[in-house]
Amino acid sequence: MTELHFPWLDALVLMPLIAAVLVGQLHDAFVARKWAIVASGITLLLAICAWQDFGIMDRSQADDAWHLSTMLFGRELFAMDRLSAPLLPLTALLYFLTALTTQRTKIRRFSFGLMLLSEGLVLGTFASLDPWMIIGLTIAGTVPPLLELLGRKRSVRVYLTYQSVFILCLFFGWMFAAAEGNVKVHTLWAIVPLLLAVLIRSGMAPVHGWLTDLFGNATLGTALLTAAPLPGMYLAVRLLLPIAPDWILQSMGLVSLFTAVYAAGMSLVQREARRFFCYLFLSHSAMVLVGLEMVTPIGVTGALCLWLSVGLSLGGLGLVIRAVEARCGRVHLDDYLGLYEHMPLVAVCFFLMAIGSVGFPGTLGFVGAELLIDGAVEAYPSIGAAVIVAATLNGIAIMRAYFLIFTGKRHSTTVNLNMLMRERIAILTLVVLILGGGIWPQPGVLLRHQAARELLERTGHPAALTTPAYSHAHGEGHQADPDAMPNRDAPPQ
Amino acid sequence: MSMLDWWMQVLGIIIVVGPFLLLVGLGIPPLLSVKLSERAVSRSVQFVTSVGLLAGLGLLGLMLSTGKRHVPIVLAHWVDIPDYHMLLKIEFDRLSVPFVILTFLLCGTISAFSAKYMHREGGFNRFHMLYALFLTGMIVTSVSGTIETLFAGWEMVGLSSALLVAFYQERPAPMRNGLHVWVVYRVSDAALLLASIWLHHLRGHGNFDAFLGATPWPDGKTILSSWDALFVGVLLLAAAIGKSALVPTSGWLPRAMEGPTPSSAVFYGALSVHLGAFLLLRVSPLLDQSLLLSVLVVVVGLTTAIFAALFTRVQTDIKCALSFASLTQVGLIVAEIGLGFRYLALIHILGHGCVRTLQFVRAPTLLLDHRRLEDALGTRLGSQYAPPPEEAADSFRSRFYRWAMERGYLDAFLVERCVRPILAIFVFCDSLERRWTDWLSGTRSRRTEYLQRHTGTADDLP
Repeated sequence: MTELHFPWLDALVLMPLIAAVLVGQLHDAFVARKWAIVASGITLLLAICAWQDFGIMDRSQADDAWHLSTMLFGRELFAMDRLSAPLLPLTALLYFLTALTTQRTKIRRFSFGLMLLSEGLVLGTFASLDPWMIIGLTIAGTVPPLLELLGRKRSVRVYLTYQSVFILCLFFGWMFAAAEGNVKVHTLWAIVPLLLAVLIRSGMAPVHGWLTDLFGNATLGTALLTAAPLPGMYLAVRLLLPIAPDWILQSMGLVSLFTAVYAAGMSLVQREARRFFCYLFLSHSAMVLVGLEMVTPIGVTGALCLWLSVGLSLGGLGLVIRAVEARCGRVHLDDYLGLYEHMPLVAVCFFLMAIGSVGFPGTLGFVGAELLIDGAVEAYPSIGAAVIVAATLNGIAIMRAYFLIFTGKRHSTTVNLNMLMRERIAILTLVVLILGGGIWPQPGVLLRHQAARELLERTGHPAALTTPAYSHAHGEGHQADPDAMPNRDAPPQ
Repeated sequence: MSMLDWWMQVLGIIIVVGPFLLLVGLGIPPLLSVKLSERAVSRSVQFVTSVGLLAGLGLLGLMLSTGKRHVPIVLAHWVDIPDYHMLLKIEFDRLSVPFVILTFLLCGTISAFSAKYMHREGGFNRFHMLYALFLTGMIVTSVSGTIETLFAGWEMVGLSSALLVAFYQERPAPMRNGLHVWVVYRVSDAALLLASIWLHHLRGHGNFDAFLGATPWPDGKTILSSWDALFVGVLLLAAAIGKSALVPTSGWLPRAMEGPTPSSAVFYGALSVHLGAFLLLRVSPLLDQSLLLSVLVVVVGLTTAIFAALFTRVQTDIKCALSFASLTQVGLIVAEIGLGFRYLALIHILGHGCVRTLQFVRAPTLLLDHRRLEDALGTRLGSQYAPPPEEAADSFRSRFYRWAMERGYLDAFLVERCVRPILAIFVFCDSLERRWTDWLSGTRSRRTEYLQRHTGTADDLP
């Protein structure tokens, strides 16, 4: 496998983990925040460097230089490919911005140590290609939110129930798949538990209750970071897609399609901003899963573009709602709050993030949504129509939430509620990425298309290989990368 | 490329880039918390609309002098991957050039009017920012050479429209009306998006030339089959119905009058309300391909015209009366398009837009104008308003009057029969979810919903 020029991946996983241990021992919350910002900032820089280094090499896979983990553990733990390359800086950015925008009013409720621990685990998951490594880190990633719920003395029964089923399904599903080895069609003992695990972790209806509960009971920062990087999608891509037969993918597509519409509709009737956000998020993540299920180059490219867009736009929207909560407490949606006059910039950013998430023209989500719907129409026209219904309902829900939170009455206060400089920098960074990616989408879409093509190549799905344009691209001198793994029939490790 | 061609390309690019730069120029300062002065905002809007108008007139002159009927300009390959292609293409023809000139002319006039009308109004800059978004959307829609570009402009117009209806944001009523408008727009946008994707699916890209024929408007011949033309045409008609407030969505039009008068004038008197008709004109080769589609268009247009004429007679405020009068004409224009009178419809749009804008901007001084007119004539003017029937026994007239007052109960039908049942399903699902998580957690899972709300000011917070 090709080597990066520096052990970026080891460094970007170890940095937050070491920082988590150190920050967790600090008693002063303000000092903890300061060091958490520094650590997550360095992690972000490392992730960007890894991404750029990988981009310059222009290979399909790469692992770390110097092979530190081989020296310690006898094999390389981390590697990256075109799919995971942009997910690392995206995830690191979300964690950094969350730390940066944590307000004084929330600083004692939000554990920076747990945040860094979670960051290390999620980045480790995205930097892994080995299935058991992914499974282990994903399971470990369920612990930080649990610790926070326990620390806040909230009921953990909902979270524990769902996560227990998730862990069992994930572990035993892959154990069966590995035991079956190199077969063309795996048994239902392997496939069904894996499917259920992916659906639970992605929050697909009707097994989404843990996520709405988490948004209600954990801090918004923790809930946001648990959901926004979409680790469930990563499980689907790495574990399920390579071995699942078509009918399983179609079942997953139907469930996610139902979730996309159902969650969009539910976001219309929520009485709390957090739950509204949670359902909005669920609807969008379901759309990503719909695109992945289509296993066509266009559909998967759309899904991967939407993945980034959801991470940035909804991550930003979550941070804006968090900023409002830091000033006004829980935000209820059963009456007008009229906050625009006191926080115009927050309102504008809320609006930009919201329209970015629903794929308004000129934002990052527009091309992703167009590709996704086009892929859906190509595969099954009815799916395309359902995705459009979900997008329409989401669009209505965001406008309703905007009007309820920021308009409708005159809010009286003499306290300055506007954004602080730190928040302004964080949110405007996301605004620039969302609008920049929307106005000039070609580089991002091209990279995602390459990732989608490689993904389909690896899974060996016939739809990918028989697409005329795909064949045409191969016929005109597309060189298969020696690192690519056409391993649909290969045994799971 | 000859010098004249080069000039036509340059003028075409100025027409599109000007509004976009205005949007960026007015949009970025608020993000950086920089407040522009009223004078700077007004001047920049007037400058861009003037330059755009001159560029439009120049382009028209060049096209007339050279006899060119079609000037396509490919701005960029927005997305270009092996399986998918999205062009940023604009084109100028006998449809788009008059629409561009009308847009710049009316937007320029209204911007000059609003500089005075909105002077020292809270939200002056917000108004002009949304106005710039509207102008960009109108221009992009008018000159779009692909269905995706048209969709992008269409969405911009919809967003700016809904936000301007909700402009006076310290009262709940404009918010409710803004949301209503937005819901109708989103549904119509969904129809347009589906049509766009379907055309893309049929032809591999959304270039108008590919499915409406390369012959300049209105002589294009579509290559779609009559069934494809009918399917796509019905979706586009649905989009036009929502955007132009045709029956059965007419109810949003009086609600839209909550916005400031300048935006009402240019949106619902002149430009936005004609956008549905513009869309039908743009895809008119599809109507030629399907007789059934043409009949549908005529029926929708005539029904709207009749309904709107009846509704106008019973309105009690000038802006609502003007909006329905405007809708009557839009209905007639749509019927003309369905009947195949494309140039007549275009001229009707241009004339009607100008007259109605004038009426809207004079609406705030209606009483003064009325008195001056009576003074000049030396006699009382008769009333056009149909008063409510005096005799209670005349039940038919009463019911008919009530029917017109309630705008044919179309709004109530859509809200009560379409929206509320859907919301009720989701409310029921929400209650089921609550019960499930309550049972699983053994306690109230949504404890914050039961907490007492803080109703005072933020100063009182502990």
